[in-house]
Amino acid sequence: MPTYQIKVNGTSRSVNVSEDTPLLWILRDHLDLVGAKYGCGIAQCGACTVHLDGQAVRSCVLTAAQVENKEITTIEGLSKDGSHPVQQAWKEVDVPQCGYCQAGQIMTAAAFLEKNPNPESQDIKSAMQGNLCRCASYSRIYKAVEKAASNMS
Amino acid sequence: MSTSKPSITFSRRDFMRTSSLASGGILIGFNLFTACKPEAKPPVDLASLNYNDFNAFIKIADNGAVTIFSPNPEIGQGVKTSMPMLIAEELDVSWDKVLVEQGVLDTNNYTRQVAGGSQSIRFGWEPLRQTGATARQMLVNAAAARWGVDPSECSTSEGVITNGAGETLGYGDVVKDAAGMEVPDKVKLKKKSEYKIIGKDTWNVDLDKIITGQPLFGLDYKKEGMLIASVIRPPAFGQKLDSYDESAAKQIEGVLDVVPFGDKIAVLAKDTWTAMKGKKALDVSWKDDSKLESTADHDRILTGLLDGKEFQTLRADGDVKKAFASADKVLERTYESPFLPHNCLEPMNFYADVRSDKIHLVGPIQTPERTAQEIAEKLGRNPDEIHLEMTRMGGGFGRRLYGDFAMEAAEISSKAGKPVKVVFSREDDMAAGIYRPAIKYRIKAAVKDGEVTAYHLKEASVNSNMYGLIPNFFPAGAIENYQVDVAKHDSNITTGAWRAPYTNFLAFAEQSFFDELAEMMEVDRVQLRLDLLQNVKGTTDERIQYSPERMEEVIKTAVEKSGWGNQPDGVYQGFVNYYCHNSHVAEVANVEIEDGMPVVKKITCVVDCGIVVNPLGAMNQIEGGVIDGVGHAMYGDFAFEKGVPQSGNFDSYRLIRINEAPEVEVHLMENDFSPTGLGEPTLPPAGGAVANALKAATGKRLYKQPFTKYPELLTVPEKEIIG
Ligand code: FES
Ligand code: FES
Repeated sequence: MPTYQIKVNGTSRSVNVSEDTPLLWILRDHLDLVGAKYGCGIAQCGACTVHLDGQAVRSCVLTAAQVENKEITTIEGLSKDGSHPVQQAWKEVDVPQCGYCQAGQIMTAAAFLEKNPNPESQDIKSAMQGNLCRCASYSRIYKAVEKAASNMS
Repeated sequence: MSTSKPSITFSRRDFMRTSSLASGGILIGFNLFTACKPEAKPPVDLASLNYNDFNAFIKIADNGAVTIFSPNPEIGQGVKTSMPMLIAEELDVSWDKVLVEQGVLDTNNYTRQVAGGSQSIRFGWEPLRQTGATARQMLVNAAAARWGVDPSECSTSEGVITNGAGETLGYGDVVKDAAGMEVPDKVKLKKKSEYKIIGKDTWNVDLDKIITGQPLFGLDYKKEGMLIASVIRPPAFGQKLDSYDESAAKQIEGVLDVVPFGDKIAVLAKDTWTAMKGKKALDVSWKDDSKLESTADHDRILTGLLDGKEFQTLRADGDVKKAFASADKVLERTYESPFLPHNCLEPMNFYADVRSDKIHLVGPIQTPERTAQEIAEKLGRNPDEIHLEMTRMGGGFGRRLYGDFAMEAAEISSKAGKPVKVVFSREDDMAAGIYRPAIKYRIKAAVKDGEVTAYHLKEASVNSNMYGLIPNFFPAGAIENYQVDVAKHDSNITTGAWRAPYTNFLAFAEQSFFDELAEMMEVDRVQLRLDLLQNVKGTTDERIQYSPERMEEVIKTAVEKSGWGNQPDGVYQGFVNYYCHNSHVAEVANVEIEDGMPVVKKITCVVDCGIVVNPLGAMNQIEGGVIDGVGHAMYGDFAFEKGVPQSGNFDSYRLIRINEAPEVEVHLMENDFSPTGLGEPTLPPAGGAVANALKAATGKRLYKQPFTKYPELLTVPEKEIIG
C-alpha cells in the first residue's frame, strides 16, 4: 500500500493506505482522530466536515492523494481546549442533542464565519444547509452561529 | 379520569447499600425500582462491582467531590443530565461540583434501563429524589453523631452540614462515618419552592466532549485487536442467501476474513474502508424465500383491510352504527402514511468479543438488558458471562430498541474467534431497517343537531397495530358513540417503534379530521375541540388518560400566544392539540406565501409536561421534536419495490434541513404535576398543525404524507382562500 504524508492539525503524519481510502477513514481509523463523523459517505450530511487549507470540506469524499501537502484541521485541532469562539457559542447555547452531527456543524460554521464575519440570517441558513442534524437542533445551531458571529466581531 | 402516575413502593433499606471505598470516600449503590435481592452484598469498590443488584451509584470522595453514575442510556434526550439533577437536588450539593458518568452496567437484575417511550424522567422522579435525600440524611446523621447533637438541629447547603451552634462539616469529612450508618427508612423531600437545581437551566453534561470531538459514541469505540465487520444482507425482504464467491473480496489487500452467518456474510478487516470495500467485492446470489412486497401492494392491501370486515375492536362506547344511521351529516376521510426509516445520524454499530469464558459487548443500545438476554440465548451462554457497556448514542428514535446489530456482532465474533465491531454503512442502515410501518386511517364522524354524536376510527397497518392506551386518548370519552377498530397485514418487512409510535401519524389524521369536521359543522375549529373536552370533565372512566382541564389550559395558552385568529394578512394558521406520552400539547403553525409557494415559517408550541426538571434541555427536546415532526410530514418517504427499499442514502431520502426548519416558539405550562415525557409528545401534532395551516393557505386538504409528494396540493390559487 502506498504511503502518504498527511498534515493534520499542524503535525505531519505518514499513513499506509490504499489510494482510494477517504480522508475520513484515514483520520478515524489510522490517526485516531474520531471527531469527524461518518454519516453518509457521499457528501450529503456534513458530519465528516474538516478544514482543508481553511475551507470546509467533506472528508468522506476526499482521498489521501487529494489532501497531501495541504493543511487539514479537524475538530480536535480547531482549538486546544474548546476555546474557539464557535465552540464557545455552541456551549453557551447548549446546542447538542445526541451530539453526533455537532463537530461537523462547528467546522462548517467556523470556516464560514472566517470568510463572512457579519452574516445575514439567510447567509447562515445557506452556509449551514449542507449539515444534517437528525435531532433537528436547527434552532440552536442558528442561534449559536449568530452568537459566535457577534462574539467574534 | 385518571392522570396515571407510576406507583412505586419500596423500602429504602432494601434498595440502598453503602460501602467505604478503598480509594477513600463512600459509594452508595441503589436500585431504582426493585428491592435488592436478600442475598445482595454491598459492593466493595468500583472495580469489583458486578452491578447485579444496583443500577445507579453515587460516589462521594473524601474531598467532597460527588460523582453520579447515571443508569439510563443517553440517546440525545438529555436524561444523562436530568436524572442526576434529581439526585443532586435532594443530596443538596451544588451542581458544578457534580461529575456525571454513564453507568457501566451489567444487565441482569434491574428494571427499566431503557430509553424509550419518553418515560425515563417520569419513572425516575420519585426514586431518584428519594435516593439523594436518603444519602443526605445519612451524612447529616454522621455529622450529628460526631457533634453529639440531634440530626434535626442540622441543616445542609451545597455539600456542607451546619449544626445549631454554627459549626460546619463538609460531606467529605463525614463520608467514612456515613458508610457505617444505618439507611434511614423515612426521609423528607424538598418542596418545589426549595429547589435549587430542578427547574434551573442545566447544560448538557457531555458538552465539552462533544464540541471538542472526543470519542463518545459507539462508532468511536476502539479496542486492541478489534476488527471491523462489514455485513452484506439479503437485498430484498423475502430473500435469502443462495451461494457466494469470496475470492474477489479476499484479494483485496487488508481483507482478513469472510464469515458467513445465517443469510448474511461479514467481511473482516482492520479498518472500516477496507471492510466496506471487501463487502462490495463479494459475489453473492440470493433466492426468493417468501413474497417480495411492493408499496403498491401495501396500498392495495391496506385499503382492502379498511374496506373489509375483519377488525379487532379496541374500544367501543355506545353504538356508532345507530348514530350514523340517524345522523344529519356524516364526514368520512382516509389518511395514508408511508414506511419510515429511523436514520439515526450515527449508523448502527456494535462491538462484541465473545470468548469461551466471557462475552464483552460495547455500543449504543436502548435496551441493554433484553439484548444481552437474547445474545445469551442465541449463543447458548449464561447471561452472567455477559458484560455490556453502553456508549452515548448518535440518535435513537426507536431504532436502538432493537438489538439486531449487537446480535450480528456477537455471532460474527463467536464464529471468527476475534473481537469485532459491526459497522453499518448508511446504505446498510436504511436497507436493514426496522421501519415505522405504513398505515392508513379511516375516520368517520356523525353530526346531529349540531353535536358530534359518533366517531369511528379504523386503522390498517403493516405487522402491528396501535396498542395500550392509545384508543383512550382524545376524543375517547368526549363523544357518546365511539369506536376504535384495527386490522393488520403481516409482512416480511421488519417494522417497529419509531419516535412516538402510532401517534406520530395518528395525530395528523385526527387533527386534520377535526379541522375539516369544524368546517362541515360551520363552527369555530378551536371551539369545537373545547366543547368536546367539556364532555370529558368529571368522567368516571378510569381508562381515559388525558386530563380535559390540562388540555383546555394548553389550548387557551396556544390561542393567546400564537395570536390565533388575529394573524396579520398573509399569515395562515393551523391549530392542533394532542395528548400522548402523558403530556398535553397544543401547536399552531404559521404558513406564509413566498414566491407563490406556501412556506412553514413558525410553530408555536405549548407543552404541559408537569414540573420541568431542566428547562434548557426540555426546550431543546421540544424544538427538535417539532421540527422533526414537520420534516417527516413534509418529506419523509420510503417505498419498496419487490422487497427492495427504494432509498439508500441522503441523496434519495430527504430529511429536513436548517433552511427549511420553521422557527419554534415554546411555552411551558407551570404547575406542580410530576414530570412526564418530552422526547416524543411534541412530534405527533406538528404534521397536523402544518396540514391545517396549508389548508388555510391553499384551500386544499392533505390526506397523505409526505406532503411534498403531492405538489399539486401545495399550490396557491389565484384568489387566496382564507381558511
Ligand atoms: S459522511 Fe461525509 S458528508 Fe456525510
Ligand atoms: S444533535 Fe443529533 S444529529 Fe445533530
